[in-house]
Amino acid sequence: MLFHTKDLQFAHPGQSDYHFPDIALDAGESLLVLGKSGSGKTTLLNLIAGLLAPKSGTVVLDGVEVNALQGVKADRFRGENIGFVFQKPHLLAPLSVKENLQMARYFSKKKGLGLESLLEELSLTSKANSSVSSLSEGEAQRVSIARALINRPRLILADEPTSSLDDENAHKVIDLLQKQAEKIEAALIIVTHDQRVKDQISNFIQVQPS
Amino acid sequence: MNLLKLSWKYLTHRPLTTGLNVFLLSLGLAIITVLLLVQDQFEKKMTQDAEGIDLVVGAKGSPLQLILSSVYHVDFPTGNIPMEEAIRLSRSRLVKQTIPLALGDNFQGYRIVGTNHDYLTLYQAVFSEGEAWNEPFEVVLGAVVAEKSGFKVGDSFSGSHGISEGSHDHDEHAFRVVGILEPKGNVLDRLVLTSIESVWFTHDESETKDESSENESDHHEKFHQEVAKTGFPESDQEREVTSLLVQYRSPMAAVQLPRMINSNTSMQAASPSFEISRLFELLGVGVKILEGLAYVLIIISGLGIFIALYNSLKERRYDLAVLRAIGASRFQLLLLILMEGLALTFLGSILGILLGHVFLAALASQNETGVGAGLEAWIFLPAELWIVIYALGVGLVGSLLPAWSAYRTSIADQLMKK
Repeated sequence: MLFHTKDLQFAHPGQSDYHFPDIALDAGESLLVLGKSGSGKTTLLNLIAGLLAPKSGTVVLDGVEVNALQGVKADRFRGENIGFVFQKPHLLAPLSVKENLQMARYFSKKKGLGLESLLEELSLTSKANSSVSSLSEGEAQRVSIARALINRPRLILADEPTSSLDDENAHKVIDLLQKQAEKIEAALIIVTHDQRVKDQISNFIQVQPS
Repeated sequence: MNLLKLSWKYLTHRPLTTGLNVFLLSLGLAIITVLLLVQDQFEKKMTQDAEGIDLVVGAKGSPLQLILSSVYHVDFPTGNIPMEEAIRLSRSRLVKQTIPLALGDNFQGYRIVGTNHDYLTLYQAVFSEGEAWNEPFEVVLGAVVAEKSGFKVGDSFSGSHGISEGSHDHDEHAFRVVGILEPKGNVLDRLVLTSIESVWFTHDESETKDESSENESDHHEKFHQEVAKTGFPESDQEREVTSLLVQYRSPMAAVQLPRMINSNTSMQAASPSFEISRLFELLGVGVKILEGLAYVLIIISGLGIFIALYNSLKERRYDLAVLRAIGASRFQLLLLILMEGLALTFLGSILGILLGHVFLAALASQNETGVGAGLEAWIFLPAELWIVIYALGVGLVGSLLPAWSAYRTSIADQLMKK
């Protein structure tokens, strides 16, 4: 088992506790986390990434208990083993496409994927030295996926990656994420309320406020 | 990519804000640089030029003016003193040596100084060409004068009356260059040196021009007599000199001689070291104001850096959160912002120091015969290193709060905000 959570609970101050269903994923497997807004699915994502500390329960990635890591160790672990894809690309505006990827590599000491081949795979080679602001929305999203992949993470977390895309692009992005995750043998978790994604990934859990 | 590169990219990503802050800071630092350089060189030059001169004796008037005109050759002389009285003074047992000076003419703004060879010895002058004067109207040029005029040994020119350019010319009798001095960086560089007799005869000429009653042979003879190499020139007429540079025989003289001269003669005595420290005191007010202005500029630029970083932080909350997400530690974000502030101030300080030197170079080239003359613009002082350190301090203080705020960026809050 590459990744699993157990009895995750989280308490927002002054609110009732969230209880999250357990997750178990093998390398190359994908999972959808569905739920309405406010259902706590973003909180779950933060817990999985180790950005929030749970009230109880454990998150284990590749044999490491993520929520037990602290400080610089947690940061390093996150940079090396978890790739983030956000709703918007959120690339660093002063940097070129290539530099954005190199930046991600800088924070990790792990040998990642080849930059050139990754760019080629995502058909970004011609944009390697372009300024980030000159990219189309689709291109920018692909760069952010490349950034998530560059350190060869064991887990890819995607937060509403399709919500601002049309049907065609949404399909492409999910497809790309799935294929790449399989290729680098990472687990893929997509948090979304976008029902279109269900057509591509059948494995899902539903998060509800308890 | 590394953090330094990233912070540089962020700086160049907003060139106007960065440029303005760098410029503001560099202006403040440029003023401080100029003050430092001028102060250092002025003091050095002032001390150097006054070395070996314990006292200057001249006509009554402002003592500072006497020093400025007779030692540094910048102000107007206070007037002349009778030579007889000067000779009497030189025989005093308190006096080791006197060097008489006769001022009053210039060549293209460079002063013509009538004196004896002791004056050359006083400044340890070295000849790069030719030798010292022997006859009236023979002159020795300072290095700068020679360079600017292009004169060689054997060339002739006529001086003009008065100590600044633009008065009427003494074209009756031309000066002949017999020697050129090596540059020493002292006051001699900008002087035309000759015998006291030359200065006298130039003025005799202009006074007796219309009468033309003077005996030609007598005239000729007089102009080819040897001049006095040391002490006072001989003369059958009542003559005057402008001032005397006096060296004391003993420390006692410092107490007695000035008082004696000031109360018992028609002359006044002024001490170069005393007057110069008085001058610095007077200038001090202006220097203080400039210094104050410089510090205000630096504080403003520090504020500017703070505001620029703080504002950019607002736009960059998400960037910072993304950096954290891809593995940056809190401390690395703190470093990133600090480095931006420090890079900004480092640039500012380098530019400021350069600007200061350029400004001084401009000042020195604008002012060739005056007080600013001979200022070396491209000497770098160890104190300038302190300017850089000081500026970096400003950068550090200015970026501390923004850096702290970056340190506290919460990824979870930022990233999940929709």
